[in-house]
Amino acid sequence: MDLSNYLLMKHELSLIVVFLILMIYDLFASDKAKKYFFPIACTLFLIHTVLGFFFHDSSTAFGGMFVAGPAQALVKNILNVGLFLVFLQAKTWLASEESIIKRGEFFMLTLLTLFGMYLMISSGNFLLFYIGLETASLPIAALVAFDKHRYESAEAGLKFIFNAIFSSAVMIFGISFVYGACGTLYFADLGSSISSTPLTIMAMILVLSGLFFKISLVPFHAWAPDTYQGAPTNVTFYLSTISKGAAVFALIVLLYTVFPVLFPTWQGILWILSLVTITVGNLFALRQKNMKRFLAFSSISQAGYILLSIYSGTAQGMAASVFYIFVYIFSNAAVFGVITAIENKSGKINMDDYNGLYKTNPKLSIVMMIAMFSLAGMPPTAGFFSKMFVFTAAMQSLSTASIILVVIAFVNTVISLYYYLLVVKAMFVTPSNQPIEPFQTEGYLKTSVLLSLFGILLIGLISFFYQQISLASFGL
Amino acid sequence: MGEFITNLLNNTIPIELYLAVTTIVFFVGVYGFLSRKNMIMVLISIELMLNAADINFAVFNRYLYPGQLEGFYFTLFAIAIAAAEAAIAIAIIINIYRKVHTIYVDEDVSKMKY
Repeated sequence: MDLSNYLLMKHELSLIVVFLILMIYDLFASDKAKKYFFPIACTLFLIHTVLGFFFHDSSTAFGGMFVAGPAQALVKNILNVGLFLVFLQAKTWLASEESIIKRGEFFMLTLLTLFGMYLMISSGNFLLFYIGLETASLPIAALVAFDKHRYESAEAGLKFIFNAIFSSAVMIFGISFVYGACGTLYFADLGSSISSTPLTIMAMILVLSGLFFKISLVPFHAWAPDTYQGAPTNVTFYLSTISKGAAVFALIVLLYTVFPVLFPTWQGILWILSLVTITVGNLFALRQKNMKRFLAFSSISQAGYILLSIYSGTAQGMAASVFYIFVYIFSNAAVFGVITAIENKSGKINMDDYNGLYKTNPKLSIVMMIAMFSLAGMPPTAGFFSKMFVFTAAMQSLSTASIILVVIAFVNTVISLYYYLLVVKAMFVTPSNQPIEPFQTEGYLKTSVLLSLFGILLIGLISFFYQQISLASFGL
Repeated sequence: MGEFITNLLNNTIPIELYLAVTTIVFFVGVYGFLSRKNMIMVLISIELMLNAADINFAVFNRYLYPGQLEGFYFTLFAIAIAAAEAAIAIAIIINIYRKVHTIYVDEDVSKMKY
């Protein structure tokens, strides 16, 4: 047996090594040695993240089952960076009395989901794709229900797992029809042998709707607000950025390599879905008071913008969407960093509790403001550039449909600015009788927030990042 | 119609009948998922949907591409994954039962809304 195939899976192998070391350490270390569990886990994962930038393979392994290319490696690196930020933010929550005993499990489950996302991203066959998707989504259900003492966490987990299973059932029903129509499950063969018949169109819609559940686009979004609200804050961050980013890339791979023949059909689907997603996500976000629920609707509408860039079906669109995910991870990391800090300190999570935050905690308020500007797409921040690339990509084909779509998306950007500024108004303008006490942010969390702040300010201004993403995208 | 009956009499079941069965099973599952209040019944409905897809794979493989094994293998993997899904779902249902002492998706298990 030729083992050299495994050498193409360097990202996966490195992740498995980190996983095994942590698992053995968690199982067998004494209580005294476990004091260093968190720093060691973070360091190991940081090493894995840095190593990931040196893995440049582009070939296929196992007869086309596994595809390693520059685009895949790039997306894996982006997910690594995002997960590293999640780990840094989880320190205080994991050290709390209820969850310290489960600290190892948090790392095991997150690393497993990341492994599933790797498989999903670089799969070249529907079987591996399905296994990856399930490996990526099932442990997340356990993560969402992680706070066993809190009822909301269990309810969120229930809503997530039922929707996840339902969507995957719809999806494999679709895959079965793809198999029936073409007689193969390999992406490379499917791309050439698929033809535009009613059967394949139905199969495509079933497969895509399974993925749309994961990305939480609007007709399939009902689980997202409840799950995001009930889950532990760090898991919400993980769900809203990393999990969504991986699913979006998988969607791009499917659309570009498996269903290119059905381009007119899926373009129409994406047109309607992105329009509805952006609008409904924005309108529902207007009336939210709970910060996590508010960010859930915000992330739904952001998913609509990501979809907008794929709409054109070009390599530029793909680069724009990957760049959007990259920026979105950093913006959300800053927002969730501030929310985590405040929740750890005071347990408060509503928007009204943020009144007068600037008087007591000016630094956190400024970070939050910059992050909100980035989410809304204000010029100096990276969010502006990512939105600009998305709109440029969508306008590539100057048809009436695309112009209407982009105009409506523009209008929605203004609406979104309103509700993002509501948070800023609460912090800076509205006075409060009981503002949150001044406090010192804990070290790891501070590092994570600073990193994401640098990301927000620099990614847009330094063209290196977009260039790299754009170079890799043309290789798909 | 004549050919259909001859096939039936010759003990070769046509592929359309299998596909009709899987479609019906799938949509029975969808209906159950949407209408049932008992969480275990919801889970069973989802299993029906997964099983419909599994039968589909086996049928397509057997009738259309008898030289391959891809569909059968997919079925095996899908069954294993369905078991994992059920395990996690039941674990969460037990957790909910401990909190609110019911497994019905009613007012008790929908505190987060709108």
